[in-house]
Amino acid sequence: MNTFLQLVVNGLGKGAVFALLALGFVIIFKATEVINFAHGSLVLFGGYLVVVTKDALGWAGAALCGVLAAGLLGLAVERLLLSRARLADANSLALLTIGIDVIITEEIVRRLGVSLPFIGEAWDAQPLQLGGITLFRTHLVALVVATILITGFYLAFRFSNWGIAMRAQAENKEAAALMGIRSSRVTATAWLVAGMLAGVAVLFIATQDFSGAGLSRGTHSIALAAFPAAILGGLDSTAGAVVGGLVVGLVEALSAQYVSFDFAKSAVFLVMLVVLVLRPSGLFGTRESTRV
Amino acid sequence: MEAPTRSAPASARRPRSALRLVRPVLWLALLVVLLALPLYLEAAWLKAGQYMMLGAVGAIGLTMLIGQAGQLSLAHAFFLLAGGTSYTVLSGPTGDERVLGLGLDPGLALLGAVAISTLLGLAFAPVAGRLRGIYLGVASLSLVFLGLYLGQAAESLTGGTSTGRPPAKFELFGFPFSNAGPEIELLGVPLRQAERVWYLFLALTVIAFVLARGAIRGRTGRAWRAVRDNEAAASVMGVGVARAKAGAFAVSSAYAGLAGVMTVLWFDILKPDESEFGTYGINTSIAFLAMVIIGGLGSISGALVGALLVNGLPQVLSLYAADLGWFTGTGDGAFTPALISSFVYGAAIVLVVLFEPGGLAAIGRRMTDLLRTTHSGKDR
Repeated sequence: MNTFLQLVVNGLGKGAVFALLALGFVIIFKATEVINFAHGSLVLFGGYLVVVTKDALGWAGAALCGVLAAGLLGLAVERLLLSRARLADANSLALLTIGIDVIITEEIVRRLGVSLPFIGEAWDAQPLQLGGITLFRTHLVALVVATILITGFYLAFRFSNWGIAMRAQAENKEAAALMGIRSSRVTATAWLVAGMLAGVAVLFIATQDFSGAGLSRGTHSIALAAFPAAILGGLDSTAGAVVGGLVVGLVEALSAQYVSFDFAKSAVFLVMLVVLVLRPSGLFGTRESTRV
Repeated sequence: MEAPTRSAPASARRPRSALRLVRPVLWLALLVVLLALPLYLEAAWLKAGQYMMLGAVGAIGLTMLIGQAGQLSLAHAFFLLAGGTSYTVLSGPTGDERVLGLGLDPGLALLGAVAISTLLGLAFAPVAGRLRGIYLGVASLSLVFLGLYLGQAAESLTGGTSTGRPPAKFELFGFPFSNAGPEIELLGVPLRQAERVWYLFLALTVIAFVLARGAIRGRTGRAWRAVRDNEAAASVMGVGVARAKAGAFAVSSAYAGLAGVMTVLWFDILKPDESEFGTYGINTSIAFLAMVIIGGLGSISGALVGALLVNGLPQVLSLYAADLGWFTGTGDGAFTPALISSFVYGAAIVLVVLFEPGGLAAIGRRMTDLLRTTHSGKDR
């Protein structure tokens, strides 16, 4: 029973990070209907800047720098490339992001070389013992930070002008534009916010407690696990992203323990596949209907 | 074709019919060049050419699925692995304690591998049929991850991720495509393994190309395009939507399976690396997607050019590197040929989507149109 509880706790901790990443996908998808295959490279970019600036700025400064950098890179991708391909449909733009992802990832992996640095943490890394369960502080901090950010995002999405504009655009792009909503501004902020969320997520990924490995190509593939999270929750549902993230974290932790460590990554994708077969647009996604 | 007359409309038509011959003649010339190359190139260059042909076969299959039938798939690497593993198991020696082998004739094993990949594609088709666009793309990723796991777990089939297992050398009706067997010379050039495999791969690529052209020009291709453009309209017109989609998935898997067999023959080992970035991982799927996008979605000859670029560049660069002393650095921050070609094809994807959504095929088409208009203009 203790093992199970332990796994659930670990799974939720990791799941919080996946939720942050999945939320990034969903925000971009809602605003632009584009799937951002370059999300993993935003994660790597943020992490890389933390590593580079850590000595000069200290952990907090470097973290801030990394988060901002990931956000600005997202913004730059949208402003410099995607917004210039207005005629391309959403699927082609998704392919475009694959090209971007290849370039950024390869360059950062080249720069990292064989060093694979850990980002490290600003908090005491000593795990807490709680009635036979070990709590990694990284997981705890991730849970708290994710909860704050997701709640904040939800409130902004619900009540702020930006949120209203965003929801209007997600509902009907043309009508929103006619009502005077600046679609380019909404799109740009969506990419900025998604990039920043990726920058926050990497602070937890490239640590000893989370993956046991430093910043590397592997970080990119961990970020890839947020794909199933976003998809199984439903690409256009923010609540779905959170649920999807937690499900992915739990599935990974449980299958690594009870089936095999190697199986964990495929298990996540298999669960997504099963959900998709049952509900082709995810658990909370809006169903598309075709009118004949 | 009507006999040429001296009347005005016929003379306007004449250059066009002459130009109609240009294309087959060009294809024929290309084929002659490809047939003659082994007589002039060294083995290392032939090896590079084989890698491009292997990519071409896979890319032709994927371009039919994505460009013609409109189904985004990132599962190509999985079917590559399936084809390669099937071939190795079917043709492998029986009685090996470590790995399973059925001892079939390699030619038969190749057909069997293609058949197995097709069946696996058909098995995934019901799932593919329910999903659309990007959802399907991500769903098909799960096959790649499943493949990586199975490659690790089913050691008796794949030989495991650390050691792998060698495939049987290919033979056709007892003729070996290796250095064994009869000594053959052609115009004074001995045909050894590199030359023989070159001709084998060329034959496979030509067959794959011709069949694909036939498919997309005929009824099948029309059905695929109808489904791609509008499923509801297609079904109203009497196209079996589910059947057309499943067919496209099966055909594309068959091509990937064949490319997988070519892959193990090329590497001379079946080794499912454990990472997503290995031979059968997501990076391979993305490389095939890049070939298809760069060539122009749905264009068969575009897929050939895409394969030439994406699979050819690292090979050619590393051959040049050896000669010129470029990119010889290793370790931290080295620009390896593989890295540079990743940059090139990543940038090519971005540029194609931004400026020429039809890919290189559209540029080629525009150039022939230009030729056509200037030609007929001169004639007048």
